[in-house]
Amino acid sequence: MLRHLTLGAVLLGATVLGAQAQDLRIALQSDADVLDPDQSRTFVGRIVYTALCDKLVDITPELELIGQLATEWSWNEDQTQLTMQLREGVTFHDGTPFNAEAVAYNIERSQTLEESRRKSEVASITGTEVLGEYEIRFDLAQPDATLLAQLADRAGMMISPTAAQEAGADFGSNPVCSGPFAFDNRVAQDRIVLTRFADYWNADEINFDSVTYLPIPDNTVRLANLQSGDVHIVDRVSATDLEQAKADPNVQVASAVSLGYQGITVNVGNGERANTPLGQDARIRRALSLSIDREALNQVVFNGAFAAGNQPFPPNSPWFDQDHPIPARDVEAAKALLAEAGYPDGLTIQIQAPNSTEPQQVMQVVQAMAAEAGITIEIVSKEFATMLQDQTAGDYTASQVGWSGRVDPDGNIHQFVTTDGGINDSGFSDPKVDELLNAARTTNDTAERRDLYNQARDILMEQSPLVYLYHQTWIWGLDDAISGFTPYPDGMIRLEGVSLQE
Amino acid sequence: MLAFIGRRILVAIPTIVLISIFVFSLQQLLPGDPILAMAGEERDPETIEYLREKYGFNDPIPVQYVKWVSGVLQGDLGISLRSNQPVTELLLQKLPVTIQLAVMAMIFAIAIGVPMGIVSAVKKGTVLDYAANLIALSGLSIPNFWLGIMLILLVSVKWGLLPASGYVSPAEDFGRSITTMLMPAFVLGTALAATLMRHTRSAMLGVLKSDYVRTARAKGLNERRVILKHAFRNALVPIVTLMALLFGELIAGAVLTEQIFTIPGFGKLVVDAVFNRDYAVVQGIVLCTAVGFIIMNLLADAAYFALNPRLRKQ
Repeated sequence: MLRHLTLGAVLLGATVLGAQAQDLRIALQSDADVLDPDQSRTFVGRIVYTALCDKLVDITPELELIGQLATEWSWNEDQTQLTMQLREGVTFHDGTPFNAEAVAYNIERSQTLEESRRKSEVASITGTEVLGEYEIRFDLAQPDATLLAQLADRAGMMISPTAAQEAGADFGSNPVCSGPFAFDNRVAQDRIVLTRFADYWNADEINFDSVTYLPIPDNTVRLANLQSGDVHIVDRVSATDLEQAKADPNVQVASAVSLGYQGITVNVGNGERANTPLGQDARIRRALSLSIDREALNQVVFNGAFAAGNQPFPPNSPWFDQDHPIPARDVEAAKALLAEAGYPDGLTIQIQAPNSTEPQQVMQVVQAMAAEAGITIEIVSKEFATMLQDQTAGDYTASQVGWSGRVDPDGNIHQFVTTDGGINDSGFSDPKVDELLNAARTTNDTAERRDLYNQARDILMEQSPLVYLYHQTWIWGLDDAISGFTPYPDGMIRLEGVSLQE
Repeated sequence: MLAFIGRRILVAIPTIVLISIFVFSLQQLLPGDPILAMAGEERDPETIEYLREKYGFNDPIPVQYVKWVSGVLQGDLGISLRSNQPVTELLLQKLPVTIQLAVMAMIFAIAIGVPMGIVSAVKKGTVLDYAANLIALSGLSIPNFWLGIMLILLVSVKWGLLPASGYVSPAEDFGRSITTMLMPAFVLGTALAATLMRHTRSAMLGVLKSDYVRTARAKGLNERRVILKHAFRNALVPIVTLMALLFGELIAGAVLTEQIFTIPGFGKLVVDAVFNRDYAVVQGIVLCTAVGFIIMNLLADAAYFALNPRLRKQ
């Protein structure tokens, strides 16, 4: 009651000021890093970009590609040329017109800016050709099935060439894009404020005058802000708070299974510490996997809100290999495998995990389950940055780590298990897997790709360098006056069609 | 007096230098590579190497330190790795927030702690004394973060009286700025009030036994005048010392409270900087805090002179 009074008073104040300024307040789990799509590395940064920077293409909730700044595209015969038609009448926030020249500039910046983190994502583009004011062609050395999906993320976000040329690598302190909202101001660790861009091409779908992103790291406090009416949308309600959120009449909840996964990465070939029974013998890794009841893990730690998993893709993904369903727990089989490997009385292994609540709880459940199969797990808790460094350097035996997930299936496997993969911390190397995964990148035929990934899955299941455990579910908390919100598996908060009824 | 202050400033300089060397070296001992921590999920080796060069991480540590010091002497405290913002700018953004929180917390602490301490001393041994001590003990024992979350759940969610968290600058909206800071200031203030109360009590007890208080009573002055004008004023010296030290601590940043209430002050900044291995930011904050502490101590000493005429003759 008091909350509504306060809200009422605030609104009265707002109307007295003359404008019906509708400000949407969104609470994020952490603060974004630098707001330059080419340099950005955080997940929450991408949430801010959803309102700030339009991309060439976007995805539907079913993970299909649709045009945003591009309207149509087509490949040539041998999949080495992608021709795109661009949307006309679009301007950047500073008035610079959006056209093919701007796209060409953006791709070049992503590839050549020293600080760019997008280089590997657009590495397959060898050149661009401006065919007309609103037509551009991307030339590739060989087919790249992942390219369009990359252009649906940061690599495809178009920034104003005028602003970028002026600011160089400092573009992030005053980003200029072409999204529905323009950058207004930012106070580090406090807020990011965007205001409505009047000339947005899809302005009809936008119902707010401003958006304020507030980083609130503590889960309880973030939800409390929603319950007290201080924010309208909350990013990542924790699974344990789900019941409380559902029970609150002022709050609605939306969810979607994420594209990513959480699991245990085993050091099988990254330096000396790979010389452990676990690292050298796939049977022990399979035994570990068999000793875990993934559904129970989900129930215990996440109240059933997340999804059990045994592959990089969740069971509801079109890329999930149906030939390898999530195994039920089989302690006898696990013990048999251990005996076969020469450890009938079990063995001890070390697994490092970040010292935050969720990973610790997950590992404790896994520890309890594995113990029954004879595998004694020593949990080594490390602070995240330390753990990451040790993992990269190979100074670990196994690590509880995950991946936020990418739209294209390649993004969830290739760099982790191919021999020269950029994030292959496990050191796994199998020439057949390399061959299959590289081939899957170079064809646009979905059925063919699926077959290739499934073949690779057979080998990866047998070798199990990564033991997948579960897939996080994105859970958003919304004020009950919010309507039109659509949950997306990539965890992004898209504001088209979202409105706040008072 | 001026000579005294001058001497103190001279002593302060080597102190600050030593502190900065100490913290600089300690940071290097921390496991975890700053560039890798910054990299997050995407770790392209080429870009990482470039960034290492750019931020000077390939230089030997003494060289890095000297570069930092020469930067400081020119007013340049370096760049935050995470946000690309100059550290000086970050500190200037956060300082007013921290000072506002510190001042409000101090007001709560003094308003609660000092009167309780006086009452407790004057009514020593009675129910009031025990009650005040109990409250003080609770204030010291209850963890900040628990009290903070409980208050948010009760005051913001249940009663809807105050905003749950966040910060509004006084320039933007003074009223809302105060209401947003009320709970965090209260949480911080109660912990300090407890300490302040105990010290006020013991200072008062010491003074109430003295000759001049007996004389004042013998002269027939009313009890309230005796306590407040004669006893309390003389008890002020240790209390003022403590307040200066506590304020110095507050400037260092109330880490937990700022984390819970999402107040963008020094505490939150330094915690995030350590986790992100943002060395330049940590150094900058340590420098700022050390200077702040030294100034507070200086002010406390100056206050002695003001309060105690006997010291002025020295």
